Amino acid sequence: MAIKNDIKSSEITDKHVYLNRRLFMKGAVLAGTATATGLLYRSLNPPPPALPKGEKIAITNGAPSETANSGFIVNEKRTSLEDITNYNNFYEFSTSKGSVASAAKGFITRPWSVAVTGLVNKPKTFDLDELLKFQQEERVYRLRCVEGWSMVIPWVGFSLSKLLEKVEPTSQAKYVAFETLFDPRRMPNQSTSVLDWPYVEGLRLDEAMHPLTILATGLYGETLPPQDGAPVRLVVPWKYGFKSIKSIVKISLVAEQPPTTWNIQAPGEYGFYSNVNPEVDHPRWSQATERRIGEYGRRKTLMFNGYGEQVANLYQGLDLRKYF
Amino acid sequence: MKDPRFTKLVLFLNSLVPLVLLLWDVYRKRVGANPLEFVTRTTGMLTLVFLLLSLTVTPLRKVTGANWLIKFRRMIGLFAFFYGSLHLLTYVAFDRLFHLTTIPGDVIKRPFITIGMAAFFLMVPLAITSTNKMVKRLGGKRWNRLHKLVYVAGAGGVLHFWMLVKSDTRLPLTFAFILALLLGYRLLLKYSPTTPQPGASLFPPR
Repeated sequence: MAIKNDIKSSEITDKHVYLNRRLFMKGAVLAGTATATGLLYRSLNPPPPALPKGEKIAITNGAPSETANSGFIVNEKRTSLEDITNYNNFYEFSTSKGSVASAAKGFITRPWSVAVTGLVNKPKTFDLDELLKFQQEERVYRLRCVEGWSMVIPWVGFSLSKLLEKVEPTSQAKYVAFETLFDPRRMPNQSTSVLDWPYVEGLRLDEAMHPLTILATGLYGETLPPQDGAPVRLVVPWKYGFKSIKSIVKISLVAEQPPTTWNIQAPGEYGFYSNVNPEVDHPRWSQATERRIGEYGRRKTLMFNGYGEQVANLYQGLDLRKYF
Repeated sequence: MKDPRFTKLVLFLNSLVPLVLLLWDVYRKRVGANPLEFVTRTTGMLTLVFLLLSLTVTPLRKVTGANWLIKFRRMIGLFAFFYGSLHLLTYVAFDRLFHLTTIPGDVIKRPFITIGMAAFFLMVPLAITSTNKMVKRLGGKRWNRLHKLVYVAGAGGVLHFWMLVKSDTRLPLTFAFILALLLGYRLLLKYSPTTPQPGASLFPPR
């Protein structure tokens, strides 16, 4: 019996081709599964974000004897650079704390200048390089956010009083007003209306002249990363974080209490003073405790964020419940 | 599987993918502010993943009837040991900077290390007896009994992870949950009267 063969010999796959195809399939399976595994690994275990690279700042600290009870260096574990640079409230870039770093990446801070004007004898615009010529000190401060979390940050900077002394405030000057850069092309979230732009803040003159109040130009020994308020920001360690205005372009000395952004936004929730105070709750949450970033559990919030010894005298006779 | 040798190759290469990517991250310095922590955490996590995968083989076999899966269990288990060794090496080499004398104190002082270390050393005899020759020498029954130690190693590994996490326990809880499922399934089989003891031999004919 003859088997009828319908398949022409030309249609039979050549053994060589067949083996090649097999090899190709195997290669494809290997490559495909390896890629899938790689993607799975990447999504489950993303590499930590790259740390910002700043320029080193030359630091000269005062003698320890001079700064003994100054509160300049808090002896607590410092929050990691990773956390400080990836957990930010900086609405000009993003309202999500985890997204500020990427949104602020590449923010150009040179040239930069800060105009100091108003009720002063010698108004002056300081170029960033001039600001960096002030003797830069390391100040390790607690930072307490009004949202109930805190960090310990080794800032680099200098007392604001040194800058103010240069411009000689007149006797009418009672307050200092600060202003952040307004440039929606560089600060993309300024094209939304989540806040009244530009961000403005203010201090009483005696608060501004207090040695703890600094203009920070860096942290961890290097220039400020964009997400932390580059190139120059205010740091007032005994007040909630939002008082420490970032990326400053203007400082004016004024006679009347200046408007401040969060107070405009919600006057019942954010006062002009906004001193850290565990006894005066935010209308929507308690301020008695805080979560220190990188720590387990919550710790008690300290009056004036632990700087009472240095600053309580500024508020003698002031009703801190009324002037929250 | 028609071609177990090829499947093993696929498994082998896929198991190495995380290591390659991790080394690549280290080479590019994309390991964050605390590279030691990142490498330690990654290798530790991989150890747990492979431990749990090795414990998944038996339940999966019994549920699906895919008995051929057993052929790959040894490799999965050995990868758990491999990543565990890298994890330990990271600790010894970088955390302790090879100052071996400081290790005992540290192991005792930090209970999570005590437990992790114990879990690792439980895996050593399992790795040593993983060859065909050793199975023969021990005999299937004794070999099986010895390799029950992997349950303890797995539980120790998950506990070790749980104890070191400071606040966000979601991940250790996930591991613990999966481990509980896998071990719970075994308990259920053992004590359930309606389920006959599975007859499938540990080493099906080749």
